[in-house]
Amino acid sequence: MRIGVFICHCGSNIEGTVDTATVAKASLDFPEVVYATDTMYACSEPGQDGIIQAIKDKNLTGVVVASCTPRMHEPTFRRAVERAGLNRYMFEMANIREHVSWIGKDREANTNKSVDLVRIAIEKLRRDAPLSPSKFSINKRVMVIGGGVAGIQAALDCADGGLQVVLVERESSIGGKMAKLDKTFPTVDCSSCILGPKMVDVAQHENITLHAYSEVDAIGGYVGNFQVQVKKKATYVDWTLCTGCGACMEKCPSKKNPDRFNEKIGPCTSINIPFPQAIPKKAVIDPTTCRQFVKGKCGVCAKVCPTGAIKYDMADEIVTEDVGAIVAATGYDLFDISKVTEYGGGRYPDVITGLQYERLLSASGPTGGHIKRPSDGKEPKNVVFIQCVGSRDKSLDRPYCSGFCCMYTAKQAILTKDHIPDSQSYVFYMDIRSPGKMYDEFTRRAMEEYGARYIRGRVAMVYPKDGKMIVRGADTLAGTQVEVEADLVVLAAGAEAAVGAPKLAEKLRISYDKYGFFMESHPKLKPVETNTAGVYLAGSCQGPKDIPQSVGQGSAAAAKVLALFSKDMLESDPQISRVDIKRCVGCGKCIITCPFKAIKEVEFRGQKKAEVIETVCQGCGLCTSTCPQGAIQLSHFTDNQILAEVNALCQS
Amino acid sequence: MSEAIAYYPGCSGLGTSKEYDASTRAVCRTLGLDLVDIPDWSCCGSTPAHTKDHVLSAALSARNLQLVSGMGIASAATPCPSCLTNLRTANHRMEAPAMAEKVNKLLDAPYAGGVEAISVLQALVEKVGLDEIKAAVRTPLTGLKVACYYGCIMNRPPELMAFDDCENPMAMDNVLSAMGATVVPFPLKVECCGASYGIPRQDIVARLTGKLLDVAKSVGADMVAVACPLCQMNLDLRQGQVNRALGTNFRIPVPYFTQLMGVALNVADEELGFGQLCIDPRPVLNKALSGADAQAKGA
Amino acid sequence: MPVLTGKELRIVGFLCNWCSYGGADTAGVGRFGQPTDLRIIRVPCSGRIDPLFIAKTLINGADGVLVSGCHPRDCHYAEGNFYARRRLEVLKRFLPILGIDPGRFDYTWVSASEGQRWQKVVTVFTEQIHALGPAPRFDAVSADMLAKAAAGALGQGGNRVAA
Repeated sequence: MRIGVFICHCGSNIEGTVDTATVAKASLDFPEVVYATDTMYACSEPGQDGIIQAIKDKNLTGVVVASCTPRMHEPTFRRAVERAGLNRYMFEMANIREHVSWIGKDREANTNKSVDLVRIAIEKLRRDAPLSPSKFSINKRVMVIGGGVAGIQAALDCADGGLQVVLVERESSIGGKMAKLDKTFPTVDCSSCILGPKMVDVAQHENITLHAYSEVDAIGGYVGNFQVQVKKKATYVDWTLCTGCGACMEKCPSKKNPDRFNEKIGPCTSINIPFPQAIPKKAVIDPTTCRQFVKGKCGVCAKVCPTGAIKYDMADEIVTEDVGAIVAATGYDLFDISKVTEYGGGRYPDVITGLQYERLLSASGPTGGHIKRPSDGKEPKNVVFIQCVGSRDKSLDRPYCSGFCCMYTAKQAILTKDHIPDSQSYVFYMDIRSPGKMYDEFTRRAMEEYGARYIRGRVAMVYPKDGKMIVRGADTLAGTQVEVEADLVVLAAGAEAAVGAPKLAEKLRISYDKYGFFMESHPKLKPVETNTAGVYLAGSCQGPKDIPQSVGQGSAAAAKVLALFSKDMLESDPQISRVDIKRCVGCGKCIITCPFKAIKEVEFRGQKKAEVIETVCQGCGLCTSTCPQGAIQLSHFTDNQILAEVNALCQS
Repeated sequence: MSEAIAYYPGCSGLGTSKEYDASTRAVCRTLGLDLVDIPDWSCCGSTPAHTKDHVLSAALSARNLQLVSGMGIASAATPCPSCLTNLRTANHRMEAPAMAEKVNKLLDAPYAGGVEAISVLQALVEKVGLDEIKAAVRTPLTGLKVACYYGCIMNRPPELMAFDDCENPMAMDNVLSAMGATVVPFPLKVECCGASYGIPRQDIVARLTGKLLDVAKSVGADMVAVACPLCQMNLDLRQGQVNRALGTNFRIPVPYFTQLMGVALNVADEELGFGQLCIDPRPVLNKALSGADAQAKGA
Repeated sequence: MPVLTGKELRIVGFLCNWCSYGGADTAGVGRFGQPTDLRIIRVPCSGRIDPLFIAKTLINGADGVLVSGCHPRDCHYAEGNFYARRRLEVLKRFLPILGIDPGRFDYTWVSASEGQRWQKVVTVFTEQIHALGPAPRFDAVSADMLAKAAAGALGQGGNRVAA
């Protein structure tokens, strides 16, 4: 083999703490290295051209680039060596930026370590073999998990692009958090008026199959060929018969249940359609409160239903959907305000969340759009908004900013004045974060036109006294303590990962951060991709986002899916396991171990042997470390390669 | 029945809060909680020590912990939150080897750690338990509406005190509920009473304590139960000053929670020391109890 | 090139590509400074790691070996790290029988988002290896010592061997 080694400066990112010229020089002493040089930016066009030229000039048959992480630029350089006529797998990388230059300042130690990392890359490369991918067919259906605005957008864009879409929604209606909002910032547009048509489009689109009141139970397969088991939860109403007329709701005798759609500030019946614009507009029975289930007798809804849709004996049902790609759009949930005991959320009825306040503002809410405080139904005059409750607070383990609270608080202050002209709003804030088109102007309007009093400082405590809520806090600009006698206190509860998000991530085999938000493939350049091929993200499941950002990501994820499906066949990664049939003793251990069922038993001249199904193997190498014979080897991560790397490190 | 606990009354226990000390001993005895006096205990250092010198402050408290350690006892209970803070802070500070070395130089015998300091309230809740406390009630405090006032340092800082919720503690609420009293939701249960400003700045104490009494009254409390000698003093002894400064006419009894427990557990009146309080709770107490009694008979 | 004498010890890391290698990248991007001793070998999954790799690395002269994978239940390949956990736990108990101080080997779980955790893991493990000092060379160990070490390990379970 004739190996060429390229040590990248990455501007000063590497060169600043690594002597790349010395690393290049040292590389020349390693076996089969015929050329070594340092280069300013290996990934740039001149950098790549330099590599290609060297391959041609020096007749190189293998290339090592020492630069950034292979998770970043391995595909870039593989393509470059391919352009020069080499097999793209005759290439290895040494990560001397993330793993060397950026984590230590000792130039001597860094240079030395870089040489070591180049050396193991060379030893690995010497044992690489040319590989070529095989092709496999794909199922051009996509599943979107979550029917909030991000998921709706992704589903509609995919469907308009001609794909079959399966949309799975946990609640009985799509719409997500946006459906609960009264108005949207900064235009004060009606939320349900702009979301409603999109929801109807979902219902009417011939390419969209909607599974509402359903959850993803299990996911198998891989990009192009996923099998998803969807649990359709028992609704106790046959939706093929239910017309959404609402007669059951009128007659249901169990009327005092906390209404989840109204954020539990209003009552609802045990058989319920959450809101008038619900899609699908179908009733669901809550068996935890329904008298038929709790007491064993009632049956009123069954009697009044004009179509006979009520089925008390309905059970959960599992349906399997085969899809080629999945978009996760599971959104967020709210921080539990009762954890901030000093504000008394959960203890005092007149301390509510911003989303509860939305329901009080909404004409379809429990008060018909009249602001009435929960304790006594009186119209509040003084409303205090407290920002960052469960955001930017290390003591609550919520150090991140929830992003949209500053804006919706400004909107709510404006709407409060609109609803109650003689009211006064107070906003306790830490900083006002309004980076968006017309956003800062909007918060200004809340202050200047609508007279909301913004007080920069934290609230220390909220307590009831004589029918008022006393809000005590600091005004850090005036350097004084402030006490406001409020009629209603609205907490801008922070956004959290949706309940159950980590479990779904595990099923999707994608990463999530310590707060449960899903990890994108690259924070800057791959915001909707994940590290699992064929799985994409949209909306707040990746981190708190407002509506336009969520919609943008929904469309972006759809574009990714459409691009993926633009080919009829996908290329599989050829770094997969291969069986040496002479060494295989047919014990079948690899078959049992493989998580993907990618190994099958075959007969070869009357003997049992293992065989890898190329397009199914995902290249984890579990079989390789299980095989007692060393007969099944993961290409490019063979035992010999890893041991050669070990030897290079230990015996030099 | 339960393990022995060393008892650290604190300086107040021998002076301004004798009734807290006496009622604590009587209640614990009745509940079978074995409090063992620490021979030759000394001051915890209180506020002056740690404002002057952290090593000295830690040494003053560590000396007492070392004595407990010598008795072969693993935990020490104190009725006074201020003592508790100092004892727990000393334990925390001495986790750092450099600090431990400095402190041990000042002590007669080195303290190796290992003695847990807890409040009498925590001891009652954790070592005796609410169920047993409830079972021991002889005269339920039915009809008595009481606000539980914990004071500002009983549960703070939470990392150090590691007991109950620091913003909305419930331990005393639960204990007095178990006694049969009606515990009213008192939102200012961990607010500052003004503490030692009672001497240099009475106006501050009048304002802060006045607010506590005002809210207690507004939530319908017959009395305010406390767990801190200094809080007790500010709310009870200075209630007249508050009234003069604010033009109010509060007359709210402020007993220690252990005194109320004593009543429910049928502890002899002379051990509870109600006479030591400025506003004697007994008339209000008797009225509430007899009212409930009459109601029970009427029904 | 050998490690820097007097400054560094020879520490080899086996990291899964999807979580821990990414976590080490995240640590780098965040400029979370770390000791320079560790050299990382990238493998697709912690389940790819044959315990013999680790034994061989230690016998060949490494002073410490660190393995890191995805958190249990969060494996990119669904269950690879469960295999790894079982194998590595057994290996840890077996090392004394080879006459190797089990303190020279550790395994942990670091996700791709946990840059700061990776910094801590590397720092603590490197300190741990420095506290143990350079590994004794096997050619310097007498047969007698090995026999004693093996006997001690078998007799007292996890008893550490100061060879």
